[in-house]
Amino acid sequence: MALSLGVAARSVAVGLPVAIALAWVLARCRFPGRAALDALVHLPMVLPPVVVGWLLLLLLGVRGPMGAWLHEWFGVRLVFTTQGAAIACAIMSLPLMVRAVRLSIEAIDPGLEEAARTLGAGRLDRFLTITLPLALPGVLSGAIVGYVASLGEFGAVITFAANIPGETQTLPLAIYSALQTPDGEATAAKLALVSILLAVLGLGVAEWIGRRARAALGHRA
Amino acid sequence: MIEFSLRHQWPGGPALAIDFVAEAGATALFGPSGAGKSSVVGVMAGLLSAHAARVVVDGTVLTDTARRIHVPTERRRLGLVFQDARLFPHMSVRSNLTYGLKRAQGGGIGFDDVVELLGVAGLLDRQPHTLSGGEKQRVAIGRALLAQPRLLLMDEPLASLDAARKAEILPYLVRLKHALALPIVYVTHALDEVLAIADTLVLLEHGQVRAVGSLAEMTARGDVPLAGRDDAGAVLEARVAEHHQARQLSLLRAGPLALWVPLVAGALGTRLRVRIPAREIILATAAPVGISLHNILPMVVVEVTEDAARHTAMVELGSGEVRLLARITPDAVARLGLQPGRAVLALVKSMSVDVLK
Repeated sequence: MALSLGVAARSVAVGLPVAIALAWVLARCRFPGRAALDALVHLPMVLPPVVVGWLLLLLLGVRGPMGAWLHEWFGVRLVFTTQGAAIACAIMSLPLMVRAVRLSIEAIDPGLEEAARTLGAGRLDRFLTITLPLALPGVLSGAIVGYVASLGEFGAVITFAANIPGETQTLPLAIYSALQTPDGEATAAKLALVSILLAVLGLGVAEWIGRRARAALGHRA
Repeated sequence: MIEFSLRHQWPGGPALAIDFVAEAGATALFGPSGAGKSSVVGVMAGLLSAHAARVVVDGTVLTDTARRIHVPTERRRLGLVFQDARLFPHMSVRSNLTYGLKRAQGGGIGFDDVVELLGVAGLLDRQPHTLSGGEKQRVAIGRALLAQPRLLLMDEPLASLDAARKAEILPYLVRLKHALALPIVYVTHALDEVLAIADTLVLLEHGQVRAVGSLAEMTARGDVPLAGRDDAGAVLEARVAEHHQARQLSLLRAGPLALWVPLVAGALGTRLRVRIPAREIILATAAPVGISLHNILPMVVVEVTEDAARHTAMVELGSGEVRLLARITPDAVARLGLQPGRAVLALVKSMSVDVLK
């Protein structure tokens, strides 16, 4: 349970900054290849999770192109580790996070960024003082949705990080294992209840944050 | 001084060819929508790029397509006030005001002065969404000023406000113009704003400059589109010369002209802007007697422009540097034998003189 929460937290910590950057690029920049990038970001949502896990294994495995490099230079091994589970969750929840952040960036009047520009704010300055604070409701709800999705991720985790109790065995994997063992039904039911509670809690918090943010900006809640 | 030149072609729009030079003070760009006003603002601010453009403000080249110079908007130091105030909704009024100030280097426009000038002291801790339209626009103007701009660029700043709100802000703009020695470029399609604020007037039409000149000169010309309006009339810069409390009259002087008007506020020597509607002026070759009229002004005919479609004639009158514009019938022009150089008396009721704020 604690492991699951930790993996999901790390997944959001890694995935959210990437999601914000991607969302901004997709919402505000026009360049050739934008549609391709958009499709790539959405890929984990339409591919079977097992495929994503396997692709990660190929790419980040100890013999994979990136994995080998990481292992050689930093002694970092992602496969079959907690970090690896977090990375798999991050990739899987990325489309959800990008979507939430992107919608809220697109809802911001570009005229405000233009105004900031005439007041002497450069690109990064504008992003940090205008775009990001105004997109905060989307960022927070993206983080929460990403967190909840990470808690539930199964296929990519089991393929890339395996099902190692205490290390990569997250909540859904534990439920699966419990169901595989004789007399494990009671344990599975308990774990399922926990995951339902976490999901409901997460969605509730996301909704509450959204309302408060809208009220603060003077929109009708 | 501002030098501006623009050549551009928007898809489906008129070919833009707009050049003008503006001296210090407020320059109004006046014209109907589609005349190219917004393109001028966009190019000046560096937000639009044109096929060919040159923007020089007080000797600093901001845009010169021929020399491939394009200073990015954020480094132009042009205070831009938009039609919609565009206040940052997540910041208090105070934080909005200081946004540009924090990013500016040097400059002599102080926070307290601007707050005082625009009357926003009571709003500082409010959030933008709690302000009225007029209040928002005052804050937006203050925010632009505090960024220490070399030029204040206002794009139809009062267009989204109702008449009452507009009347509330106009005096602030006039005060600001006199208090800060800052060139202002003011884009509008409302004549009352032009009359209150402008020193130089650039008339735009179909993407071209129709005429450029001082406000007094432009409002007195019979051959520009302004003269075709029902409310055409020359604007004069005058000073309060005398007050007669008992007669309830004030005497204003504009160059060699003396004008009696109903008592106005303001100490002797106060500068005032007055407007004499063209259709209110009567021309005569001999002074009438036994008449309620106060102002009989000796003038010389400068130019007569007939408007055949409206069956009227616009008569431009001069006395020294001062110009008046009279709208009379072509028949009257013929009867009095009015032609350039002819001496004539302009009869102006004191009640007809509009004293602008």
